Amino acid sequence: MNKLRASVLMRHEVGLHARPSVKLTKLAKAFESKIDLGLSPDGPWIDAKSIVKVMATKAPKDSTIYFRAEGRDARAALDALVTLVNEDFPDGP
Amino acid sequence: MDLKTQRFAHRINGRPAAPGVALAPLVRLTVAKPEGRRSGSTGSERQALADAIEASKSDLIGLTDKVEDADAQAILSFQIALLEDENLSGPAFAGIADGRGAHQAWCAAVDPEIASCEQAEDSYFRARASDLRDLRDRVLRHLAGEIDQAVPAGAIVAAEDMPPSVFLATDWKDGGLVLRRGSPSSHVAILARSRGVPMIVGVDVEQLESGAEAVVDGDAGALIVNPDPAQRADYRRRLTEQAEAHKAASSFSGPVLTANGEPVKVMINITGLAELREIDASKVDGIGLMRTEFLFQGRKELPTEQEQYQVYRQMTEWADGRPVIIRTLDAGGDKPIEGLTEKGELNPFLGVRGVRLSLRRLDVFRLQLRALARAAVIGNLKVMIPMVTVPEELDRCRVLFQSAVDELRSEGCEAIVPPLGMMVEVPAAALTIEDFEADFFSIGSNDLIQYVAAASRDEPQLADLARPSRAIFNLIRHIVDHVHRSGCEVSLCGDLAGEPGQVAALLDQGLRIFSVAPGVLANVRAAIARYPGKVT
Repeated sequence: MNKLRASVLMRHEVGLHARPSVKLTKLAKAFESKIDLGLSPDGPWIDAKSIVKVMATKAPKDSTIYFRAEGRDARAALDALVTLVNEDFPDGP
Repeated sequence: MDLKTQRFAHRINGRPAAPGVALAPLVRLTVAKPEGRRSGSTGSERQALADAIEASKSDLIGLTDKVEDADAQAILSFQIALLEDENLSGPAFAGIADGRGAHQAWCAAVDPEIASCEQAEDSYFRARASDLRDLRDRVLRHLAGEIDQAVPAGAIVAAEDMPPSVFLATDWKDGGLVLRRGSPSSHVAILARSRGVPMIVGVDVEQLESGAEAVVDGDAGALIVNPDPAQRADYRRRLTEQAEAHKAASSFSGPVLTANGEPVKVMINITGLAELREIDASKVDGIGLMRTEFLFQGRKELPTEQEQYQVYRQMTEWADGRPVIIRTLDAGGDKPIEGLTEKGELNPFLGVRGVRLSLRRLDVFRLQLRALARAAVIGNLKVMIPMVTVPEELDRCRVLFQSAVDELRSEGCEAIVPPLGMMVEVPAAALTIEDFEADFFSIGSNDLIQYVAAASRDEPQLADLARPSRAIFNLIRHIVDHVHRSGCEVSLCGDLAGEPGQVAALLDQGLRIFSVAPGVLANVRAAIARYPGKVT
C-alpha cells in the first residue's frame, strides 16, 4: 500500500511542546492508520501517536512538519492533522 | 507508646509555625522510600509497575477534575498522555524482563527522557524535565506502596516535610499542617502564615495515624489527637473567635488607631501575586515586604527582566498608589537558590547572602534593578536591600541603580530610581544606624534576633534564647528613635510584628508601622486597637 504524505508549517509560538503535542498525538491515535511525523521530507520518522517521540523532536516555531500515513483512513488522518497544525492547535471538543 | 491504638486525648508539643487553630480529621502523608523496596519475581515486578502506572494515571485524572486553570489542566493531560505512551513504559517493561526491579527499570526508562529535555536549547522544552521528574516520582511513590501526595481538602495534614508546590495545590479551608521537618522560617511556613493556615513543626509524625480527629494549635505549637469533649468545646470557641476576627478584618477599612487614638499603619508581607487576589488593597496600608526569592526558586532558570517587571508592575497596580516595598533578592542563609547561592558554606547564615550575594552576582542583580526601575515609573514602588552591614553596600546599590536607569533611558525605556531603603537585620547596622543614607528602614526581626542572641531560630533546644528579649527591644528602640529623628519612616516586617502578644511591646518602643503576613492582619489590628498607650 502506498504511503500518503502531507506537510504543514507550524506557527505555534512555543513550538511543539506540551499542549500541542498532547493534541497532536491524541488526534493521531483516533485513526487506525500508521502515522509518522518528521521535520524533513526524508525523515527521520517517528511515531506520531507517541507523545514521548513527538516531544523529543523539540520542533520549534516555524518548523515545517511532515506527515506520512499508511492505512484505510490515511487520507482523513492527514487532513485532520494538517488542519490541527494549521489552525494553531485550537481548543476543541 | 503506640499512639495508633490510643483513643484518648493526647497532646504532642511541637513548635508554632503559623498561628490559628484548626479542628479536622488527621491525614498522615507517607514518604517515598523506593530504594528500600524489595524486588520480586519478573512477573510480580511487571505487575507492580503496571499497577503503579495505572494508579498514577487515575491520580492525575482525579486531579484534572479538581483544577480549574487551563495551564494546570494542560500539564496534567500532558503527564497522562506520557503515562499512556508505550514508548515510555516499553523500555521499562523490557528492563524488568532483563531482570531489573520495577523501580530501577522505571528510572532507567524515564531518566534519559528527562536528560533529553534538560539538554534542549529551548527553555520551554527544558521546563518539561520537571514534568517528567514529577511523573517519575509519582510512579515511584506508588511502587513504594505510598498513597498519593494529593492532599485532601480541609484536613489536618501530617507529613515529614512538604514542598511549597504541594502546599499551594492544596485546599486548606478549615485545615492545618503538622510537619516533622521544616522550621517557622521555612517557605512552607511563610506560605501558611500568609494564607492563614495553622501550622506547627517539630512533631514526630511517624507515630500518627490517619483518621483520628485532631486539633492543630498554631499559637501554642501543639497537636491534640482525639481531643476530649472539654478540649473540643474550647477549640470550637476559639474557631468561632477566629472566624469572627477574620470577618471583622475583611469588613475593616481605614486607618488602625490605638485605644488612645494614635494612627498605626499595617502593611502586608507577600511572596507573590497569588496572595493579592484575596486581599482588598483599600484595606491595608500597602505592601511592606515583597520577598522576591519566590520568583527565583524552584526553577531551572533565573527569571528574566521582563518576567520580573510584569510581577512588580502588577503589584504596584494592585496597590493603587499605596507603597509597595520590594526587597531585592535575599538568597542564601536558609534560602538557597540553584545556580546562584554558594554551595557548601560552613555557616550560610553568616555567609554570602542578601546584598553580599547580589554585589557578587551583578549580572543577576542588574536585571532585577532594571525591572524595578521600570516598574517604579508606574506607581509608589520602593526598593529595600537585605542584609546591609556597612554604608558602602547601600551606596553601591544606589550607584548601580542609577546606572541601570541611565542604561534603560539610553535604550528609550522609561525608568526612575525609586526610594531606596534597607533592612535592618545585622546588629552592626542596627548599632550604627545613623551612618546609613537610606530613604526608609525596615527592621528584619527574624535575623536580627538570631544574630543578637547568637542562637539559631531553627534549633529547637535554643528556642528560649532565640526569642524577642530586652536586648532586642532596646535595639529596636534605638533604631526607631534615630530614624524618626531623621524624618524617615521605619517599619518592622519580621514575624515579631505578627505576634499579637508582642504588639504592645513594639508600640512601646515607638514603632508605628507594622508589616505582617495577611493571615494575622486581623489579630494584629485588634491588638493595636487595644493598646492604651505606654504605661509610664
